[in-house]
Amino acid sequence: MRIKLNGEYSETAAGTIAHLLRELETPSVGVAVALNGQVVRKAEHDTAVLNENDEIELIRAVQGG
Amino acid sequence: MSNSLKIAGREYSSRLWVGTGKGVAYPLMRECLDASGAEIVTVAIRRIPTDEKPGEMLVDYLKGLTLLPNTALCYNAKDAILTAQLAREALETDLVKLEVIGDEKTLFPDNEGLLEAARVLVKDGFTVLPYCIDDPIICRKLEDAGCAAVMPLAAPIGSGLGIRNATNLQIIIERANVPVIVDAGVGTASDAAIAMELGADAVLLQSAIYGAREPVKMAHAMRHAIEAGRLAYEAGRIPRKLYATASSPLQGVVGT
Repeated sequence: MRIKLNGEYSETAAGTIAHLLRELETPSVGVAVALNGQVVRKAEHDTAVLNENDEIELIRAVQGG
Repeated sequence: MSNSLKIAGREYSSRLWVGTGKGVAYPLMRECLDASGAEIVTVAIRRIPTDEKPGEMLVDYLKGLTLLPNTALCYNAKDAILTAQLAREALETDLVKLEVIGDEKTLFPDNEGLLEAARVLVKDGFTVLPYCIDDPIICRKLEDAGCAAVMPLAAPIGSGLGIRNATNLQIIIERANVPVIVDAGVGTASDAAIAMELGADAVLLQSAIYGAREPVKMAHAMRHAIEAGRLAYEAGRIPRKLYATASSPLQGVVGT
């Protein structure tokens, strides 16, 4: 299935946000996900279903002023 | 010691807020932060590159500090709002240093976008600390919108030009009912001291420390400048006069 991950089209077999984060080996703390412009809380990662062409933002804190 | 600063119901003894140093090695960054005495430090929010290897996390080097995520380089309210909401989820904080930038060359804030984002985020339960232009009117509007502080710039971000408009800052400080944090443009210790002598509640800086030849030493200097400036403000400076007033007794001078 094709999704748009952090602005780039990408293929995934993941059916949920939780599955996608496992696939990407994303750290379990200090990160956040938005699905089609809405933040998905950590407690909802298991139930947040991915669909074709979904837009996902995956972020963490970096150095900055 | 000077009085403490209250932000979002919490008291802070340090009035120096510091960035986390774009591209600076984590151990040096932490050494600078410790030398500065800062309790509130800013971080940026960025996409995780898909090829990023799991490594040391920035947040592991920021233990014991209050993290203030920013929305740096967001050019519209929508992006800034989503960035703030993502930051809240990732860092478990309602604090946000709200930036909506209007121009790449100056990095000056976009007043309309800033105000729009501030209103949405205040309603969404954030403690909004907006980076804004040194204009008393936008500061008043941001305060009316429910912002917990205003953060007028001293000069463009990273410019090191120091306090460009002391009288505007003074008007903002006199009229604001929320803390005023002078943000951006500080180049050296005296700039930070001047901001504090004007009555700013805190100063936020980054480049002046990490860009110095000896960053840890500059972090020390900034800590002292902030403390000295604040103490001088609380003590109250003497009025400026054009002519001299003798500082030794006029009577009993030897000779004729």
